[in-house]
Amino acid sequence: MCLAIPGRVESFVDAERRMALADISGVKREISVDLLRGEGAQVEIGDWVLIHVGFAMSKISEKQAREQLEVLAMLGEAVAAAEEARGYGQS
Amino acid sequence: MKFVDEFRDPELIKSTVGEIESLMQGRSYRVMEVCGGHTHSIYRFGLEQLLPSSLEFIHGPGCPVCILPMDRVDEGLKLAAQKNVILAAYGDMMRVPGHSGSALELKASGLDIRMVYSPLDALKIAVDNPQSQVVFFAIGFETTAPATALTVLKAQELGLSNFTVFVNHVTVIPPMRAVLDDPDLKIDGFIGPGHVATVIGACAYDEIARDYKKPVVVSGFEPLDILQSLVLLLRQLNNGEARVENQYARVVPWAPNATASTVLAKVFELRPTFEWRGLGAILQSAVKLRAQFSQYDAEVRFAEVLANHRIDLEKDRIERGRGPSTPCGEVLKGLIKPNQCALFGKECRPEKPLGALMVSSEGACAAHFNYAHERID
Repeated sequence: MCLAIPGRVESFVDAERRMALADISGVKREISVDLLRGEGAQVEIGDWVLIHVGFAMSKISEKQAREQLEVLAMLGEAVAAAEEARGYGQS
Repeated sequence: MKFVDEFRDPELIKSTVGEIESLMQGRSYRVMEVCGGHTHSIYRFGLEQLLPSSLEFIHGPGCPVCILPMDRVDEGLKLAAQKNVILAAYGDMMRVPGHSGSALELKASGLDIRMVYSPLDALKIAVDNPQSQVVFFAIGFETTAPATALTVLKAQELGLSNFTVFVNHVTVIPPMRAVLDDPDLKIDGFIGPGHVATVIGACAYDEIARDYKKPVVVSGFEPLDILQSLVLLLRQLNNGEARVENQYARVVPWAPNATASTVLAKVFELRPTFEWRGLGAILQSAVKLRAQFSQYDAEVRFAEVLANHRIDLEKDRIERGRGPSTPCGEVLKGLIKPNQCALFGKECRPEKPLGALMVSSEGACAAHFNYAHERID
């Protein structure tokens, strides 16, 4: 919950660009990108983001995304993170 | 030096540890890492064993399930016991013990409690179950609060009348001030939480540096991040400085996330006070829904249930005293180490936690327990 999961924005789900389909380590899930609509922070297709509880919180580079995946793996949280990502929208 | 080989850049780790050793010569410091993610990383990589023993880590109150008092856990679970209610909670919350068991145990006994990974999924349950009242058990610092706030706005947009939130969102600065105000706790500086600062900005820690003359270094979560943050922190301490530095600038901006701040301010207001496990009541340290969103506030919709529950609890307290008490607060404040608790690893274990610090992998006790066998004590 406090460690962010990186994902890549693949497409937008709605016309207002508040929800996006993201690739999170191979799993495709809907996430909210509503918090990244402020000035200078807009998300575009192909952007990498850090995700908390189904919401993109910040834009990052591809290198940072890879590093964050490694951090999750090193902390033994990769499985839990993948499970969380798979869980979005599955309730 | 155990573990060094498994780091991404062992040579850099070694030289950074060397730098810390020279900065520590003839000195001793107590550093608090506030965030549970940092606590996890410090234990996982045995950083305390790599570093001089005169550099002491105090594992701070930055794990949302760990700081939630048992009474709030009970209140959330009480809502699940109401007729026609579905309680939705994050996985971490499912195993936290209340006085009559955890959410997981109550679910096994037949209550409709569902684990969700996102508040939007709790909202979806409400949409799919119009005949039920869905309560989302919201926890977390500023990292997850904007997600809850946006979900409330979405519920309003959808015109849902069967969705409420039991809000337990807390804020990170007040507990830092509380530990600094505690005369028992001598803290020289902070490793500042990283991801929470993507919302509040690194600048939020300025008041700690200014008002208490304590340095804060916002840090990433890799071992090298934490070691580099310690170098920055120790340099400041040795020079008598107290500034906010941002080691994690690749992710954390100096300024707050404008959209998140706007949404938080729109949906939430500060509670006058909030009880923290181990730390007691801290003024203006948590939020609740603003009055205009009261129809989404579980504490308003179920006010009577909660009031009666509090009366029962108080009666129970007077008659029988409380159940097994745990010294979690002392661990949380860094007054004792996890393994100095008499219950540690015995009655209180990750698979059957008595205290919340044993529940989450970000809790100091669970981290200590999980990695203790790898330590050279």
